[in-house]
Amino acid sequence: MVPLKERVNVVCGHYGTGKTNLSINLAIECARAGEDVTLIDLDVVNPYFRSADYSDVLTKEGVKVIGPNFANTNLDTPSLPGAISGAIEMGERVIVDVGGDDAGATALGVYSRLINEARPEVIYVVNRYRSLTTTAQEAVEILGEIERTARIRATAIVNNSHLKQSTDARTVEDSIPFAEEVSRLTGLPLLFTTAPRDVPLLNNKDRIHQIDVYVRTPWE
Amino acid sequence: MGERVLMKGNEAIAQAAISAGCRHFFGYPITPQTEVAAYMSKMMPKVGGVYLQGESEVASINMVLGAAAAGVRVMTSTSSPGISLMSEGISYIAGSDVPCVIVNVQRGGPGLGGIQPSQSDYFQATRSTGHGDFHLIVFAPSTIQETVDLVNKAFDIGDKYRMPVMILSDGMLGQMMEPVVLPEETNTAKDKPWAACGHQGKRKHNVINSLYIDPNELERLVRERFEKYKTIQATEQMAEEYMTEDADIIVVAYGASSRVSRSAVDMARKQGIKAGLIRPITLWPYPVDTIKKVAKTAKVFLSVEMSMGQMVDDVRLAVNGAVPVEFYGRTGGIIPTPKEVYDQIVRLNGGVQ
Repeated sequence: MVPLKERVNVVCGHYGTGKTNLSINLAIECARAGEDVTLIDLDVVNPYFRSADYSDVLTKEGVKVIGPNFANTNLDTPSLPGAISGAIEMGERVIVDVGGDDAGATALGVYSRLINEARPEVIYVVNRYRSLTTTAQEAVEILGEIERTARIRATAIVNNSHLKQSTDARTVEDSIPFAEEVSRLTGLPLLFTTAPRDVPLLNNKDRIHQIDVYVRTPWE
Repeated sequence: MGERVLMKGNEAIAQAAISAGCRHFFGYPITPQTEVAAYMSKMMPKVGGVYLQGESEVASINMVLGAAAAGVRVMTSTSSPGISLMSEGISYIAGSDVPCVIVNVQRGGPGLGGIQPSQSDYFQATRSTGHGDFHLIVFAPSTIQETVDLVNKAFDIGDKYRMPVMILSDGMLGQMMEPVVLPEETNTAKDKPWAACGHQGKRKHNVINSLYIDPNELERLVRERFEKYKTIQATEQMAEEYMTEDADIIVVAYGASSRVSRSAVDMARKQGIKAGLIRPITLWPYPVDTIKKVAKTAKVFLSVEMSMGQMVDDVRLAVNGAVPVEFYGRTGGIIPTPKEVYDQIVRLNGGVQ
């Protein structure tokens, strides 16, 4: 079942928490459930490992992808196409993959009025193993910076804690108290905790949402 | 040992430098290494250090020269075009015999080139980073953990030999993420009696300089420096061997292309092809001893690079005609795939038996 209840869904967080991989998973899940879904790559900061890099697999799954005009090229130019506003206003299901930190959230600020009017789900992605957000307090501070820059408030937490290829059941289980603490400190609900599909299932599996790993290095 | 955290290559470079006692960073942002500067700008104020963005790479490298002359641990970081701009200052640093760490997260060239990963600055790093007779020590990490370890070692070895050390990374290693264990910060304060850091009337003042009016004195100094280089070439070579013992086909690759090549060697082994990998970790001094040793038993070498073929010259010099040396590369920001390298191994093997 698609774990999204709002039409417009924004995915933000500290960079490197796995926003792009989560966004791709959510978009493909929606598409497989027969929805008309658009994934907006709003990352104008990160040159590599971004949603627009995965256009081929996304398009094949039936996901519409809108990215910065020069994504996937050698032009380091943060130019965003007009189609983004149209999708936010009128798209059936929209997932917005935002760049990392407050720097990445600057581009989100451009659309804050449109997005706020759409009563969005704003998912704050956390990864307990990610450098500089390994404590709940640090994660809360970065969320504050993102919210101020984007002029959009988070509405939910997703725990996407992982250690790339070294992720195992313990990695996921050990991160849950951290995510719950972020949830407590922010007063936002913890929607779910992700686990790569190939990691054997855990004790509290009702709170786990299995995902595929799309964001990989060329030699994996 | 600390806990494993997930870090981007560029952040790991910055944090490893801080852990190694670096409290001075001067640089100018450029994709794909900007996270080094961004991380430094966030962390340096918290640890009582200095992050300063110069008005250009030219200014930044001269700030590095000044800090290095004062005897502190200092680093700069840039990507390919930035190194070209810094080349004059790097030559001055080498000519002044002061240590520093210079990071190059390579991107496609020449010119502005592109922002995707590349290894086409090999000649620049190992042959002529600037004018004059000099060398840098050049480290080429291939994982984020190794990046952390080599940045740490770079500061130590730079202090030991009083010379600039380059970390030659690439956009892929800079942007990708892997789990790392960060080293505990140790006391890195080294006694540097040569440093120009204030004599307080207690000793003769030190002079840090690269200008010599008397050509005989300059020749003597350069020759002394080259005696030091000889010692480094004899004692500081580093390379990793992977399945080389019984291998007929030896792939030589460093950095990101070595990760691809390792996967290709695994694919070849599954087909019963005796392939192996030599991964140079120091590019200068080049690990000639390892190549020479393996050349006694191997039938052919294949240098795999993200360039039009630069390191292949060093492989040929080390193999010295003993067996054929071939080349495969992609350039302009393209990373070869494991399948492409595997196909080259199959070709050299005369097919799959």
